[in-house]
Amino acid sequence: MPDADSRHGPLDPAPDAGWTDARPRMGFFTDTSVCIGCKACEVACKEWNDVPGSGLDLLGMSYDNTGALTANSWRHVAFVEQPRPAAPAAGALPGASAAAGPQFLGMPGARPPGRDTGAQTRSDFRWLMMSDVCKHCTHAACLDVCPTGSLFRTEFGTVVVQEDICNGCGYCISACPYGVIDQRRGDGRAWKCTLCYDRLGAGLTPACAQACPTESIQYGPLDELRERAAHRVATLHERGVPQARLYGHDPTDGVGGDGAFFLLLDEPEVYGLPPDPVVTTRDLPRMWKRAGLAALAMAAAAVAAFVGGSS
Amino acid sequence: MSAPHRPVGDRFRRYRTGRGGGEQLTVPPAEFTSYYGRPVLKPPVWKWDIAAYLFTGGLAAGSSLLAAGGQLTGRPALRRAGRVTSLAAVTASAYFLVNDLGRPARFHHMLRVAKPTSPMSVGTWILTVFGPAAGVAAVAEAAPWLPERGALGVGRRLLPGVGRAAGLVAAATAPALATYTGVLLADTAVPSWHEAYPELPAIFAGSALASGAGVGLLAAPCAQAGPARRMAVAGAALELWGAHRVETRLGLLSEPYRTGAPGRLLRAGRTLTAAGVLGALAGRRSRLLSGLSGAALLAASVATRFGIFHGGVASARDPKYTVVPQRARVDRRAAQG
Ligand code: SF4
Ligand code: SF4
Repeated sequence: MPDADSRHGPLDPAPDAGWTDARPRMGFFTDTSVCIGCKACEVACKEWNDVPGSGLDLLGMSYDNTGALTANSWRHVAFVEQPRPAAPAAGALPGASAAAGPQFLGMPGARPPGRDTGAQTRSDFRWLMMSDVCKHCTHAACLDVCPTGSLFRTEFGTVVVQEDICNGCGYCISACPYGVIDQRRGDGRAWKCTLCYDRLGAGLTPACAQACPTESIQYGPLDELRERAAHRVATLHERGVPQARLYGHDPTDGVGGDGAFFLLLDEPEVYGLPPDPVVTTRDLPRMWKRAGLAALAMAAAAVAAFVGGSS
Repeated sequence: MSAPHRPVGDRFRRYRTGRGGGEQLTVPPAEFTSYYGRPVLKPPVWKWDIAAYLFTGGLAAGSSLLAAGGQLTGRPALRRAGRVTSLAAVTASAYFLVNDLGRPARFHHMLRVAKPTSPMSVGTWILTVFGPAAGVAAVAEAAPWLPERGALGVGRRLLPGVGRAAGLVAAATAPALATYTGVLLADTAVPSWHEAYPELPAIFAGSALASGAGVGLLAAPCAQAGPARRMAVAGAALELWGAHRVETRLGLLSEPYRTGAPGRLLRAGRTLTAAGVLGALAGRRSRLLSGLSGAALLAASVATRFGIFHGGVASARDPKYTVVPQRARVDRRAAQG
């Protein structure tokens, strides 16, 4: 059982969970600046992990017809269509562009926008793509709250559901601050990315990272990935992309940093990510304290009600 | 049990079109960005069973306190009504809890571990102590019906004592049973539940006391109902204080508790609680008025539980409640340097 101090702050999760022979912590670095939205990762994940299909469904909002991470989509490629130029005017602050939000720009014609109608009618827009996945949090709320022990920490520091234990109570689903883990309809159990636990054990690369043609999804020891990511951000800033920023890389954030982190080109909420997720169990001692006080008040009220005379 | 398969897009479209109904917002709509208006969090998969569980669990706790009080102060009507209600309610709550699992047959996996970081695990263990105790106490009420002689005659002589002990065990566990559910809801990422963590246990404790008092007012003759009246006042005070706080203290996150169906439920809960307490105080000599106010208190407890439950669900469905407060936090930190 984790000690009181391991509920937040930086730590190496596998040894903290009691692995004496823990391996180096493995993770994903997803560099969205090179993602081309091909969805090879979504497909590879489904194939390898035998994830059922969700049926043909057109969401009618963008090229993204997956919509979100679900029990049946453990990778989700988001398509953000923004009416704004890829490179901001000189002097614009990173993040200052976040107000407009995504907007559907219509299906493209055979020729580039504005080609036939003249430059004046051209709109400035850009597409952001991002392959989202379970974050394998350092302090994973899903794991903390699971009452069956079905969710566990692996020797690689990742978070996995044991499907033969999960009884479908759904607690993990409400606890995940990223909205990742989900109940499968007709099955009742909770499912999410395992970071290809079976492949890791065999020394292989997870299916999504293996399939990614642009190396947008990179897999490796987390320390190494963090270094690589810092480099990449510096390079992008040099090249005049000041919006580039990392998300989920910081071991001092609300979840103790993520085992899967991202390079984004806009604010996290633009991609459907929470701006400042916090592991819910950080406040748990205070919650139990409040519950204790309420319980005492309740007992005292009951006693007082009976000793107070007979009318 | 589970809904027929629907394409995933349908599930999301529902979130997008379900919002912006006629309700007048008391907080101005917040400017924020999101991914096509989709929820950031997964809304709880818990169905109405869990709201019903919250009510029946509270009722079981409240009525077992009533029963223990009746037992210790010689008010047999309160004792009997409390014990029987407590058993019925805890049986119902166990049913609701198991029924809501995606795999109900695997309920026993809850007993594999005891995890203080999981309020659901803690609650399961509280229930496994409380449930049998409440059951034995209720069964002991049947002692006078047993024959005087033979093996059952032994039971007739032993049961009352066993029942007294069991009743006290149940009453000792009752406050934990009533309040842990506040932590159960608060220990999630659901914005309006999580931020309400200081108040939820108090609301549930108050609501449990008031519903236990309701049982006493319904079942006991006026001569024995005095403690139930006082329990009703104390429970109502706790419940009203807590509900008022969550409806006003949380800024944007109070909004889901004031608008839409949860808002209506909580308002109904408040009105019924007030009516129940007034009736309890005015009806000292009227069996009918006491009974009516008992029913009002029970109904109030149902309304409050469902209101709190659905308020949280609404806050998880709309990305606004996730993004805006977190964004404000980030900006505050950035401003502080
Ligand atoms: S992102 Fe959610 S599901 Fe994944 S480890 Fe973190 S809390 Fe668990
Ligand atoms: S749904 Fe399954 S994995 Fe999630 S908390 Fe419940 S038992 Fe654990």
